[in-house]
Amino acid sequence: MAYDEEEAEGVWIYCEQEKGELHPVSYELLNKGRELADDLDTELTALLLTPDGDDAQELIYRGADHVYLLEHDSFNYPNENPFRENIVKLIEEDKPEIFLMGATHFGRSLAPRVAAALETGLTADCTGLKIDGDEFVQIRPAFTGNILAHISTDRCPKMSTVRYKEFEEFERDTSRDGEIVKKEPVAYSGENVSILEEMIEEEVNIQEAEIVVSAGRGLRDPQDFEMIEKLCSEVGGKVGSSRPLVDEGWISRNHQVGYSGNRVKPNLYIACGISGAPQHLAGMKDSEIIVAINTDPSAPIFDHADYGIVGDLYEVVPDLIKQLKEE
Amino acid sequence: MATMDNLNIIVPIKEVPDIEKVNFDREEGRIDRSSASTEPNPFDLNALEEAVKMKEEIGGTVTVISMGPPQAEDTLKDAIARGADNAILLTDKGFAGSDTWATSYTLASAIKKIGNYDFIICGEKTVDGDTGQVGPEIAEILDIPHVAYVNETIERDEQGIVVETEVWSRTYKKELKFPGLMTVTKDVNEPRLPSVNDKLQAKNAEIETWGLDDLLDIGDEKHFGIKGSPTGVVNIEVPKEKGRESKIFEGPNAVKKLIEEIKSDIGGI
Repeated sequence: MAYDEEEAEGVWIYCEQEKGELHPVSYELLNKGRELADDLDTELTALLLTPDGDDAQELIYRGADHVYLLEHDSFNYPNENPFRENIVKLIEEDKPEIFLMGATHFGRSLAPRVAAALETGLTADCTGLKIDGDEFVQIRPAFTGNILAHISTDRCPKMSTVRYKEFEEFERDTSRDGEIVKKEPVAYSGENVSILEEMIEEEVNIQEAEIVVSAGRGLRDPQDFEMIEKLCSEVGGKVGSSRPLVDEGWISRNHQVGYSGNRVKPNLYIACGISGAPQHLAGMKDSEIIVAINTDPSAPIFDHADYGIVGDLYEVVPDLIKQLKEE
Repeated sequence: MATMDNLNIIVPIKEVPDIEKVNFDREEGRIDRSSASTEPNPFDLNALEEAVKMKEEIGGTVTVISMGPPQAEDTLKDAIARGADNAILLTDKGFAGSDTWATSYTLASAIKKIGNYDFIICGEKTVDGDTGQVGPEIAEILDIPHVAYVNETIERDEQGIVVETEVWSRTYKKELKFPGLMTVTKDVNEPRLPSVNDKLQAKNAEIETWGLDDLLDIGDEKHFGIKGSPTGVVNIEVPKEKGRESKIFEGPNAVKKLIEEIKSDIGGI
């Protein structure tokens, strides 16, 4: 059950792991969590539910005062309920004021279960968190990224999921002290979801790329992704795509940039033959430099680009490759 | 819970503004919803399509429920035209101002009142709220398992469903036993368009309407509406978009000039 602020103390974060390996959003949460804890003059606790707790000390170096370590084989698999069961129990015992999780697919599936079990509020996909006076303010985009809402929560724990790559990581400091507290996990037996198969996807990690070259409807044939790939290897980037080409089956979903695909924030985004529908813009408009190549001078993408070339991508892209090669 | 041919599927649907037509006043920091028409949340149509496909394959009933103003009836009629059998509109001043928790609580209370449900299918998120939290929160309140971000359904029968979902850096094939809930992405299917005939017929469909009083035998009054909402919006900001120069290069040297500009901005590519 939720509780009042007077009873609550401390900032907690959930450190997402996969098969014992930490997701980098955890380091960003540690940094933000550290800042909030300092502002509230309280302590930062990291929860690590993992099949293998080797990284617990690392969390201290990355800003945590306490690590609650729960080791169990069930944490090897992304079934929410064993995680939910344990997290809710820890929260009810210690009553933290703030609890943050990464807004990954897993975080956005697990956090609502934890929040609903505690009957507390949860603010999704935050891009800003701050203490304003003594109020915890959560800032998040809504309306397909068109507005930023400032949200407050009237009971504890105040829960938020936090967008990946929005905050800096906590810089590793091996002189930091902290305590690792081993906790006995409770086994969850009521599972009605079973994992039949686990498949490793082709690694694309387009969200990590410094340069992304994307193609849209201007591409006339799936074969022509080769040309986009050539430009990518010339600039050291990764291949992206707008939704229609993914729907056509020309390229896998991992490459899709947009509101219903991956959100990217590279230093350089080159949009080839993409008109710039709002759904696509929502996935790339925060890129540092945006370059648009399109035959239609009135395409909306040009309004959202730093630089543009009005022309056929079948002429411009090979020319770009050639000139970059010559340099 | 299910008997043969009597699978009860429930699809919660939200009526949302057409985001492409909403006027965002960046100077005043306001959203002018009146500028846009409304439509069913696009992700919810994928959920409905999955429910109707399932009904066609193994039999059963599809019930759509929506919480919203009286005019959200249109969205429910649209759902009937697309293959839903029953529709319930939850409308009451007492539901106004609900955050994700209160919304989930209200929908879960209505689902409990419907009773005898086997499977609940939700869209992964709405295009106005963008939270994606309501599905898993309903599952928690009903104390049933869920699978989120399903992008393919592989097998289904009266007892359960086998799906594919992307989570962590992998794809997982999971089996969910009913009663349960899943949230689906846009990749799961291509929603059908209702025929003119279906649309005309749906116009006369009866939409059941429930208010707060109808749910108080199931839910606790303190959890509904703005009073039952743990979170509140304190401020709305319509951020100005990052100013872009939109410098267009033309002519034979366009590519050369482009490369020079990019290089001076990010120090070489």
